[in-house]
This record gives sequence, C-alpha cells and structure tokens, in this order.
Amino acid sequence: MAPKKKSPKGRKKMRGKKSPTPILPVSEEVEPINMESMGHPEIYPLVLTTKTQEIFNCRIDEDVTDEHPYKLIPKEDIFEDMRNRAAVSDFHPVKKIIQEYPGDELLLVYDKDFRYGLNFYLIGTEEGKENYFNPSEVPEEQEENKEHIPEDVYMYKLPVSKPWVSLGSEKEIEEESVKDSTKQITYMISRKRSEFGAPIKFSDQNASSVKDGYIECTSYPDKIFTLKQLEKDVSMQVVPQIRDISTQTRWTYPKNATTQYYPREFSEEEKTALNQSKSLADFLNNVSMSVEIALQQNEIMNTFIDDWKNLAEEEGTFGDKTDTHLKEYQSFTDLHSPTEKMITCISWHPTIYGLIAVSVAVRLSFEDRVHFSGKLLLQPSLILFWSFSDPIHPQLMLESPDDIFCFQFCPSDPNIIAGGCINGQIILWDITAHADRIENIKTGDSRSKKPTLKPMFLLEPDSNKEAMYIRHCAVSSIENGHKNVITDIHWLSDTFEINRMGSVFENRSGICCQLATCSADCTICFWDIRQQKVATPQPTEKKKEESIEIPFDVPSTFMHLDLSWKPLIKVRLSKGETSLDHCPTKMSLNQDHLLYKSQDKMLAQNKAAKAGETSPYHNLEGGMIDHLRPIDDFCTKFFMGTEEGEVIYTDWKLERDPETGRYTSKKPVSLYAVHDGAVHTIQRSPFYNDIILTVGGWNVAIWKEGVVTGPLLQSCCAPKRYTSGHWSLTRPGVFYIGREDGYIDIWDLLEKTHEPAQSQNICITMITYIKPQTFSSKQQFIAVADYYGTLHILEIPWTLSHPSTNEVSSVNHYFEREVKHLEYVLQRKMIREKEKKEMELEMEKKKVKTYQKSKEQMEAEMRMDYESYLELERSVLINLGLIKVTEMLSYMDMM
Amino acid sequence: MAEVEETLKRIQSHKGVIGTMVVNAEGIPIRTTLDNSTTVQYAGLLHQLTMKTKSTVRDIDPQNDLTFLRIRSKKHEIMVAPDKEYLLIVIQNPCE
Repeated sequence: MAPKKKSPKGRKKMRGKKSPTPILPVSEEVEPINMESMGHPEIYPLVLTTKTQEIFNCRIDEDVTDEHPYKLIPKEDIFEDMRNRAAVSDFHPVKKIIQEYPGDELLLVYDKDFRYGLNFYLIGTEEGKENYFNPSEVPEEQEENKEHIPEDVYMYKLPVSKPWVSLGSEKEIEEESVKDSTKQITYMISRKRSEFGAPIKFSDQNASSVKDGYIECTSYPDKIFTLKQLEKDVSMQVVPQIRDISTQTRWTYPKNATTQYYPREFSEEEKTALNQSKSLADFLNNVSMSVEIALQQNEIMNTFIDDWKNLAEEEGTFGDKTDTHLKEYQSFTDLHSPTEKMITCISWHPTIYGLIAVSVAVRLSFEDRVHFSGKLLLQPSLILFWSFSDPIHPQLMLESPDDIFCFQFCPSDPNIIAGGCINGQIILWDITAHADRIENIKTGDSRSKKPTLKPMFLLEPDSNKEAMYIRHCAVSSIENGHKNVITDIHWLSDTFEINRMGSVFENRSGICCQLATCSADCTICFWDIRQQKVATPQPTEKKKEESIEIPFDVPSTFMHLDLSWKPLIKVRLSKGETSLDHCPTKMSLNQDHLLYKSQDKMLAQNKAAKAGETSPYHNLEGGMIDHLRPIDDFCTKFFMGTEEGEVIYTDWKLERDPETGRYTSKKPVSLYAVHDGAVHTIQRSPFYNDIILTVGGWNVAIWKEGVVTGPLLQSCCAPKRYTSGHWSLTRPGVFYIGREDGYIDIWDLLEKTHEPAQSQNICITMITYIKPQTFSSKQQFIAVADYYGTLHILEIPWTLSHPSTNEVSSVNHYFEREVKHLEYVLQRKMIREKEKKEMELEMEKKKVKTYQKSKEQMEAEMRMDYESYLELERSVLINLGLIKVTEMLSYMDMM
Repeated sequence: MAEVEETLKRIQSHKGVIGTMVVNAEGIPIRTTLDNSTTVQYAGLLHQLTMKTKSTVRDIDPQNDLTFLRIRSKKHEIMVAPDKEYLLIVIQNPCE
C-alpha cells in the first residue's frame, strides 16, 4: 500500500518538475576484455546464450561441433541482433570491435575447453581470422604437433548446425537461476523546484499512530516447540568455606640488654648466728645419716661401671692375632756405590713426611781399611736422603771426609745435621739452601703410577739427573777432639746449656746449640756450636796463615768452627788406677726422649718460624751463661753403655779433686755388668722418663733410674745375638730388637716377659739399626737397616701401634711390681742371710751342747754301740754263710 | 655448736668428698668448704633444682615428699639432702 501512496506522490512530483532522467542501468563504454594477457590480443571471449545461438545458428553440438568449432557470422546479422535486443544481446560487450571490424564476416569460435574462459570467442581482426583458418594452431604447436603428425593435412570441415537437443539442462538452469519473484518496486521521490537546496525536515512518526501503519507479527507460545523436561543431570560439589584473614603484628626489634647482679650473701654475724642456731643442729642430725649412707655406697662400689665394655677392650689387645706382622712397604739400596757398604745409622727427617736419612760406611774390618785406605780416600763417604717417592735415586747426598757412624738432625732446625766420623771428627752440615728441594717431594701416590716422574721437575733440568753432593760445613779440630771413632752423638735439649765446669744453666737462645758425643777413646765430649768469646791470639793467627778458601756452595754458618772446633768439656771415663778405661758405645741423657715427641715437632717448627727468615744458626753468638746462675738441682747424670757390656750410671759434672786440685770427672755412681757383648742400645722409654732399655750381647735389660739393685727385667740368653733395639713410639710395653740373622723380635711386656711375643724375618743378614717413626695415628713405619746396605721400610700394623686404653697404667704397674719384686728379693736375701746366720749359730750351739755330756752316759753309749756292732757282724757272717745258725746258738749260750 | 662442727667434719672426711655446703631455704649459703664463687653457683642452681624436684614429686602424689636427691655425672656425684629450712649439699668423686 505504501508504494501506491508514494507513487502518486512520486507522479505528482514527476508532473510538477522536470523529472530527472530515469534511473536506468547506464551502459558505459567499457573496453571489451580481450585475451591480450594470454598472447592473443585478437581473441575476445564471449558468452552466447541459447537464444543467441539459435539466432545465429551456432548452437552447441548442432551447428558448432568439435570438428567445426567456428562460424562465420556476417556483420549485418550481429548489428541487427544488437538493435533488436540492445544490451541483452550477447555481442554487446564486443560491439565496438564489431563496428571497427573491417571485414564482413566475423569468425566466432566455439571454445569447448573454455580455454579463454567462456564458451565462445570472437576473433577481432582479419589477421586473426586468417591465422585461424591457416596455421592457426601455430601458438599451440607444441601440443598439437604431436597430435597432428600422423595427419599431415587437416581437412577443414565447416560446422554443420544441428538442432538443439535438450538433455534436461534447462530445468536445472531454471532452478538455479535467480529470478525476481515480484517486480521490483521503484520509488520516485521528488521535490518542488523551489525547495531545492533547502534543508529537509524529517520528522518521526510512530507507526502505531496511523491505522494500519504496520503489520504486527506478535509472538505467541507455540506448543509445538515446548519440550517437557523429564530428566535432569545435576551435580554437586562440596566446597569448604574459606576465610582469608590477615593481621598485622607489632615488630619488635632486638635490643641488647644486660643485667648485673651479685648473689645474696649473709654477713659474717648472720652466719655465725645461724651456725649457732638450734635449727641447724637439728637439721644436720636428721640429714647426716642419709648422706653418710649415700657416701658409703659410693665408696663400696661404683655402680655405674659397664663391665662388658671394660672386658671387651682388653680382649682386643691380647687375643687378636690376625694382623700382627710388619708389612714390607719399601726398601732402598744405593746401587751406585762401588764398594759394599753397610748402614750404620738411620734418622727420619723430623718434619718432612717420607724422608729418611741413612749413613753408610764401608763394610771392611780395620785391617782391610788400612789395606785399602788409598782406594777409600777417593770414594766419598755419604749420608743419603731417601724419599718414599723415589726408591732408586737418593734425594740428597751429604759428603763427609770419612765414614759416619752416627748422626742426628738438630731438633730445633732440621736443616742442621751433626755427624760423628770414624776418625773422631764431628761434621756439621747445613742444608738450608736445599731445604725447598726436599720439601717439594711428593710421597706415596706418585711412586707406583709414574715411576719416571721425578719429583724435582720444578727445578733446573741439570740437577734432575743426579742428586746433589752437599759438602760439609764444618769439622771439628782433629787434635783437640776425639781420637777414635765416635760412637754416639746427641744434641742437648734447647732448654739448658752447660759450661766448662759441667754446671747447667738456662738456655736463653731457644735453640739447640750443644752436642754430646761419646767415642771409643773412652771419653765423652760436650761441644758448643757457638763461637766462644775467649779468643786466644794463636788460633786467629793460624787462621790468617792458612786463609782457608771455602768453596762457593758451602754455607758459611759454621765457618768459625771449621777445623778449630774444640770441645767444651771432656769427660774421661776411667776405671780408676788401671789404664783400661771404659769404652762407651752409647749414652742416654736425661732429656733425650722429649726431643722426639710429635708435640715438640710443632714447637720446633714454631720456633724456627718465629726466628724469621734467617735461621738463628746463622747468627750464633757466644753463650750468655756468664751472667746466669747455674741451676742446682738439675740431674746431670746419665746412662752409658760400654763395649764390655757394662751399663754405667755416671755424672758429667766435674768435681774438684781434693788431692790434685784439678777438676776431674766423677766416678760412676753405679756400674752393672749385665750384657755379654757390647751394649749397642741405651734408650729411655718415650712414656716413662726413668725407664731405660739396654740391649747388648745376647740379652735385653730394662732399668729404672734410681733403682740401684739391678735391672727390672733381664731376659735370658737368646739363641742369636741382638744387634739393635728400639722402643715402640706409641705402645709403652712394646720394643723391637734386631738380631744378627735378620730377624726382628717384637717384645710385648704385657704379653710375655720371658721371650719375644713375635719374631719376623726381614732380611738375610745382620740388622744394624732400627728406627720407628709415626706419621699419623694410622700410619706408623719402622726403618730397618741391614749389614748389606739395604734400608727396609715396614709398616707397623694396627695392633702393634695402637695402645689399649689402660696400657700405660698397666705397664706402669708392671714396672712398679718389678721394683717391688726387686726390693722383695733384696729383703729376702737379707732375711735369708739372717736365717743362715741364725742357723749357723744354732749349729754352733748344738755342738757346744753335745760336748757337755757325762762320762757314764758316754760309756753306756759306747757299750751299746759295741753290742750293736757285734750283732751286725754276726748277721753279716750268717748271710755270708761262714757261721752256721746252730753255732750261733751255742755262742749265745756261752754268752 | 660443737655437734655441728663435728658432723660436718665427719662428712667432709669421707673418701672422695670434694666439698660440703649448707644452704638456707632461699639458696643463700651458710657454711661451705669450697671457695665463694663455686659455692654461690652450686647453691643457686641446686636450690632451684631441689624446688623443682620437690614440686614434681608432690604433683605426682601429694602425700609424697622428697627426701634425697643424687645427681651422678661423669666426673662426680652431687648429693642434696633437703629439709624445711636448710639444704645440705655434698660433692663426692666416687671413682678410685
């Protein structure tokens, strides 16, 4: 209805005004699309509907077929069609081309394959037409050449038009095509001319205000579409109720607070008052009983002792024999020496792990020495330093003028070594310059894996191959020193020093500066390595004359001593008026064992470190003992073993001889002839200062200092001679003895005291020296030197190195028992003597008594004797058969 | 009084006794054989411990009461004899 209304309006407007041109599809002059892009500018694709096809007689499959796909259409027909059907004509898009076409007939080709996009195409030029008819397949040579090879000439057949056969495609097209179902409504809205350009006033109008202004489609519930829900899937979840709450606390920061208080105490008066009070007395009466019971309970027995625990430990030491053998760890031999050598002395380096020094001497008797003395002069006598890491090459070699028989590291500075020679000289070495060389040695691990890796690769390559020969620093004076082989050398402790009289003073310098030596010329000498203040003019002159030139590599530490070193004290061990003196082989001073305890190792190191870079030995000064007072109660006595097998306890202090007025050495305090051969070991126990072990000849003896009756323990003669001995460093009751057949006897005083607990073979020849050393609680080694010059290092098993808890006290008890036993023996001896005397007295008395018998008694007795004799005679004769029994009767009658 | 002296002397002379002291109910020492600082320390600590022990015993059974307290440690034994007004403390080394 609306359009109706509007149309009159529109018409009105139309009438009134000049109606604008009807809105029609404007035909624009559009360039027809040609196939220029495909290389054929003359081809214009066309769509020809069926009606057009009927008009022009180019119906598909009738007029225009595959063989005859073209049709020549005169231009006039096309123009007529265009006039008839105007824009609807299919040729409309190419109208321009047709108008411009020069010729009369246009070629229309059926494009069956839709090569150009539409079902027909028009050739727009004459040339194109020509090309088509003639080799128009030129552009498609490639494809059609193959097809047309068998056919040389293509016979052109004109297309024959056939009648259209409908195959039902029109219906489909009809269905598919969209056609307007109703005519489109057109509206024409016009305005009065005068109102052109004037603003338009639009207004709103509610559609419902006008009757029938709108058609309403009200919604209504359609029952068809309602569904009744018969089933419902419901799920539930339980959720805890959560509440978030937060609070703010007051932050307290830490504050330092201190309080000071003193305890409440009673004043003296109050205390006395309370003490007097009766309440206290009553209280004590009540309470003291229970307290005393408790105290006595504790005295009776300790109820908290775990007996099982105590038992278990004891069994561990005595019963466990699984691993008690010394295990071979390493052995060292010097392969470069031309003559056969034996080892005379061993010393472990006090601070460096795995470094051990041995002194070697030629294995010749005195006669042979004299015989070969020329040859021996050429060979250097050495002290070799062996390290665990290199069993073939010694690390250092210290040279000396003659064979060394004993040597020692200085306890306060391990770079100073003192040794005693066979000719009676003392040799001093200073290896401070080479200290870093031996400290860099790696031990243990590198040994087995890389035997070729030398430990000193850090240093210059030329020193790599051969060990350094280090010349000695100083030797003692030949005239003033010992005349015979030095058998033992000791450094005196750094806590005291002695002067010429033998009095002891406090050692202010803090280092070991004095030595004690004993030699086979029956003397003991004390030496001081510091320069003596007293300098007589003679020695200096001598020095100037000689002007000794010292080789460049020898340190000048002891230059002042070289060749002019005299002993401080010379103690002569005389046996009295006889010319034969005691010949000491070894000695044991009071403070010896303290020097080797591991704690003092640290002390020594600390001292050396404190002294700074330069060792105190480089700046030695004379003793300051002039200003000090001597220590009076110092024990200056010491033990000494001699070549005859005696153990001597003597004093080194010189006393004034009343007769001659000179200072002479004292007589020995006590002398014991216990051993059958030379005493080669005298050693104090590392645990007890007054227990001494002496080994010599075929037996062992243990002594206690102060007990003069005799040794605590003296073993019986062993089958083989004992040649060396040493206490164990960790177990108080254990010591090691080396024999002349290469066996080591291990004695355990808590196990057996009459024979060694164990015996183990080490080598085939005589053992010359034993020296154990502890490196840690798990590793303890013992170095054994034999007569053929081989040094064996053995590892001490756990059982032999680890003491049980109360071993120290047990061994102590044992020694005390032995002391008591000795005393008891002495007492018994005295008692026996007394008894003997008494018995003798009684015998005497008896004899006197018998003499006083009376005469009659004597006669009666004599008669009785005579009669008994006669009877005896008769019985004998009867037995012999000389007298008959009957005769005997008559004889009896006669009587 | 002579009795007091005699009793304390007797206790002190037992084998292994290191020290004896008498403390009042508040923990203030009255008599002692040890030095002052040790006494004060022992008195304070043991007084508190005795109080605690007493209250423990009585909490378990109100009819019960503490008669003697012995503390055995590695080194020695401390014995405390409590009373209404005083405390007797003895320290003994039981090991031989």
